[in-house]
Amino acid sequence: MKRTIAGSLVALLLAAACGGGPGGGPPAKLTDGKLVIAVINDQSGVYADLSGKNAVEAVNMAVEDFKAKYGENALGGKVEVLTADHQNKADVAQQKAQEFYERSNADLILDVPTSSAALAIADVAKAQQKLYINVTAATTVLTGKSCNKYTFHYAYDTYMLAQGTGVTVTQQGGKSWYIIYPNYAFGQDMESSFRQAVIAAGGTVIQSDGSPFPNTTGDFSSLLLKAGSLKPQVLGAMQAGGDLVNVVKQYNEFKLKDQNIKLAVGLLFDTDITALGQDALAGTVYTTPWLWNMDDQSKTFADKFLKRTGIRPTFAHAGNYSAAWQYMDAVRRAGSDDADAVVKQLEGYKFNDFFIRNGFVRAEDHWVQHDALIAQVKPKSEAKETFDYSKVVSTIAAEKASRPLAEAGCSMPK
Amino acid sequence: MEYIALQLFNGLVNGSFYALLSLGLAVIFGVLRVVNFAHGALYMLGAFAAYLLLQDFGVGFWPALIVAPIGIGIAGMVLERLLIRRLYGLDPLYNFLLTFGLTLMIQDGVRLRYGLQGQPYPAPAELAGSVSAGLVAYPTYRLFVIAFSIVVCVAVWYVIERTRLGMIVRAATERPELTRALGINVDRWVTPVFGFGVALAALGGVLAAPMRNVSPLMGSELIIFAFAVVVIGGMGSIAGAVVAGFLVGVLASLAAVFNPALENVVAFALMAIVLLVRPAGLFGSLEARS
Repeated sequence: MKRTIAGSLVALLLAAACGGGPGGGPPAKLTDGKLVIAVINDQSGVYADLSGKNAVEAVNMAVEDFKAKYGENALGGKVEVLTADHQNKADVAQQKAQEFYERSNADLILDVPTSSAALAIADVAKAQQKLYINVTAATTVLTGKSCNKYTFHYAYDTYMLAQGTGVTVTQQGGKSWYIIYPNYAFGQDMESSFRQAVIAAGGTVIQSDGSPFPNTTGDFSSLLLKAGSLKPQVLGAMQAGGDLVNVVKQYNEFKLKDQNIKLAVGLLFDTDITALGQDALAGTVYTTPWLWNMDDQSKTFADKFLKRTGIRPTFAHAGNYSAAWQYMDAVRRAGSDDADAVVKQLEGYKFNDFFIRNGFVRAEDHWVQHDALIAQVKPKSEAKETFDYSKVVSTIAAEKASRPLAEAGCSMPK
Repeated sequence: MEYIALQLFNGLVNGSFYALLSLGLAVIFGVLRVVNFAHGALYMLGAFAAYLLLQDFGVGFWPALIVAPIGIGIAGMVLERLLIRRLYGLDPLYNFLLTFGLTLMIQDGVRLRYGLQGQPYPAPAELAGSVSAGLVAYPTYRLFVIAFSIVVCVAVWYVIERTRLGMIVRAATERPELTRALGINVDRWVTPVFGFGVALAALGGVLAAPMRNVSPLMGSELIIFAFAVVVIGGMGSIAGAVVAGFLVGVLASLAAVFNPALENVVAFALMAIVLLVRPAGLFGSLEARS
């Protein structure tokens, strides 16, 4: 009995977290009698753990919770969740997106880590005039040069990461930077975002070097030695996933910390912390849109997620849940799954949920602006459980974490 | 200057792994005429074995350095008996496909259980320190890796070049029929030799665990380099594999001084040059390949 009470409490809290009380109104009209959400992401490669199958699970949870809140028929039909593995390849991503939109009548594509794949899908969305909400790719080009009416950018981008980590670390006294980045779209975007942020905050970038991507040898010692000879105050590592793990492992090995070269990482997922061991990263300051243990409503979601998947959610998992929810809510408000009607509902929409705080969908470039967090990895001795990795240091206000419209370079076609 | 000198050491460390891996490949190819594509996966298993020994049984680095290669070497022998043996008479391509398939199965098996993100593994406490080297503190563990793999390589070379056992193996490599005719049971040595080659890969894996991300794909990336090294050294040549391994490691690291992107290219550029100038490889003889 106790368990069911706890269960309904969780459902209630989640419902409350997702904004608004149960709404009335007639169910939405769906063009083909059902709403189809397709999650395209990496299910076998380097990003499979941080989003992957569990991101699909998160979207399934969102659909279930949405129905629990608004009733089985709130959207006027079945909600279907499809999924495909894009193997981090832009051409595969493009083909899958085409298939989903055309053959499966997908109304929305979600997630899509790997910037090049995300950009390819944004083009398909534009041509097909169907929605795409990016969650896990970081490139600002999605809301810049490649922006279009049907593409939205949720969760985070390289600008947010640079504004958070780049500015914070520089202001804390890390004035001179040596930046190493993986030499492809994401890394180059990270490098330029960080360079601008560091300089704007009064720091200097002594040098930056691209590392081969993919780095077949897993060896970064030459760049780390170079860091030792350049003697910057901060080593900015823009690598992601397995590459980042290797950088940090070798940074610790060469004991650069003892030479007063601080490590700043561009993008850190909980899965990276798992791979490195919490203590290897203890003290590292980084930027993230969300932490599962940041407050009670996030924890409530994380508990549910843990029960279903066996792990605590990364921000990509939570972001997919939230994006799917907000999309369904827009369909509900629009009373239709017609893409143009849903876009109209999303543009300019202000909202809060367990993932997004002070959310606002910018109509001009479709960036979903919201608060970001500066987080710090805790030593294992302070952890209350296996996944209790980080704590919030401070919050960056939504406007500050978002690239100014003037810099975006997006001319949104109407 | 100091930077370049230190970079040389980094090259030797990378070279150590290339040498250990291609040494195993060379031994296996020499005796069995099998291009063992599963070598990278077995290297990865070595690293995972070290991780599991520590995680689940509290067995540290030093015992793991012995236990893991022996265990995985035995597993390799079982593999040879059950599968690889059946394809000796056929086109080498069949074993190529078989070992490639095994690679995928091993990798995905590990991935299914542990995911791709990788697992942490600390350096042994005795070697966790560093040696002051001017610019940076050079990790003691890396120096150990260099020394240890040189010792292993020399030992293997000694056994093969200077002992009776090695003589049989070499004879079996070059003239299997003739060796049989002299009353030596060549087939008896096939399984242990395969197991030994596999054990070398696993040994490399254990050594890599404290330095590299222990993830299911760690071997698939390195194996391509190991093959390039084997070709440079000469297919089946023991000394060739070792020398080429260290050579590629050092050259790649020095190239990285000028441009980090060159690091991945050097091995293949060198391979192309060697194939043009000496098609049998630096230490290979065309005769031994037929």
